[in-house]
Amino acid sequence: MRVLKYILAVALAFAAMSPYAFGSGFSSSQESESLQELAASEQAQEAEVNVGELLFGHIGDSYGWHITDWGGKHVTIPLPCIVYSRTSGWHCFMSTKVEHGHEYEGFFIAIEGKYKDKIVERGSDGEYIRPFDISVTKNVCSLIFTGLLLIALVLGAARWYRRHDASQEAPGGFAGLVEMMVMMVNDDLIRPSVGEKEYRKYAPYLLTAFFFIFISNLLGIVPFFPGGANVTGNIAVTMVLALCTFVAVNLFGNRHYWKEILWPDVPLFLKFPIPIMQTIELFGLIAKPFSLMVRLFANIMAGHAMILGLVSVIFVTVKLGPVINGSMTAITMLFGVFMDCLELLVAFIQAYVFTMLSAVFIGMSRQEHEI
Amino acid sequence: MNLLLPESGLLFWMTIIFAIVFFVLAKFGFPVITGMVEKRSRRINESLEAARVAEEAIENLNRTREQVLTETRTEQDRLIKEAAAERDLFMQQAREQAREEADRILMEAREKIRQEKEDALRDIRREVAVVSMAVAEKVVRKELSSAKGQQELLDRLVEEMTEKSDTAAS
Repeated sequence: MRVLKYILAVALAFAAMSPYAFGSGFSSSQESESLQELAASEQAQEAEVNVGELLFGHIGDSYGWHITDWGGKHVTIPLPCIVYSRTSGWHCFMSTKVEHGHEYEGFFIAIEGKYKDKIVERGSDGEYIRPFDISVTKNVCSLIFTGLLLIALVLGAARWYRRHDASQEAPGGFAGLVEMMVMMVNDDLIRPSVGEKEYRKYAPYLLTAFFFIFISNLLGIVPFFPGGANVTGNIAVTMVLALCTFVAVNLFGNRHYWKEILWPDVPLFLKFPIPIMQTIELFGLIAKPFSLMVRLFANIMAGHAMILGLVSVIFVTVKLGPVINGSMTAITMLFGVFMDCLELLVAFIQAYVFTMLSAVFIGMSRQEHEI
Repeated sequence: MNLLLPESGLLFWMTIIFAIVFFVLAKFGFPVITGMVEKRSRRINESLEAARVAEEAIENLNRTREQVLTETRTEQDRLIKEAAAERDLFMQQAREQAREEADRILMEAREKIRQEKEDALRDIRREVAVVSMAVAEKVVRKELSSAKGQQELLDRLVEEMTEKSDTAAS
């Protein structure tokens, strides 16, 4: 357990540092190249803007699932858009209807402004109004796929147990793998963190959270359909997960937990006329899930951005001649392989950390008073 | 930066999807796996415990067997010794009895011999008396055939009788 913690700490530090380290290296090499060729610098500048857009386009969400460009044509899976407008009610249409600047039933995708890349409609005086938007976007689609995959994996393994007498034999192959993963999380993570007494009650939620995050992270690394969506690097997704933990912690917190927040064992002047301690504790209450949300989001998002940025270097340097482009491609490939390996590690570690911290928070809320 | 703003649509879908996944897995997925694994580990523990108990029982059995064996051996020794002692005693007794019997038989035989001897002596004595009577008769008859002889006999008889009375008187 201790060794594992060290590895975790080192890996976390590495994962936290690497975006900055590689980021600065990336930009400095850009600068030196732009100094070398003046004419190319303008093109590179233009390309860099495109890189930024490409980057955010991939990291962000989209209404259709753009797979690839084939022979000058976009290959995109159309997804349903569901919007509710204050003026015209519910609308449901496919994303192809509003692609490439088309307008459908008064809705179109904003090219600039506050609601860039979102479906908007025009208000009475020409400004953009964002309708209530619950479209099945690329991320929602990926979420559904992740959910189905997770259900298939776990129920597939659970089916083995229905067909066999588990007290007589141990599963091998696929069911054995799932069992190993589940029991690893269950026994090494949840049980010691939540506490022997009550971990059974929380294990299903924590296991679901772990595998949901883990599979989403892994699918995010896969560069082609149906992976590649930046699901756990989206703050809405991590927010729901963090809120679940928040609910699990605070809804089932015992008397001792609430007493620690509302009336902690500190000198009276710290808590009576002005509730200093209570304020701090309340901040802690919110900071815990907030940190969970931001940690997962930032780590995965940064990983995606790093890999995409590295891959973009190949395309940015095309205009700088074959020698630079070739050498940069080689270097980029090397770094790309390294980053992908790192992301594999991060995919696991972030799922692990999220689950472990959730378990620890839950364990703290269920702790009995010890003297 | 809109990356940091959670999308309401995504929040909505994520909540629904995660809730569905959670309920399905919490009902049919993870508890089945963890439950079965726990069941198995419990069974393994039970089996180990049972094996330990069985081993202990075997050890106990071995110990008991050894104990019984030693006990039997000592018992056997004791019995053999007892039997030997009894046999010796019995032999002794038998020997004594035999000797007594022999003595008794010998005594009886001796007694019988003695009686026989006495009977024989009595018979001989009787025979001798008869014979001596016959001899005396014959002698007396011969002596009485002459007067002189008769006188002499009378004298001697009187003499003898007086002698006898003298000795009786004195």
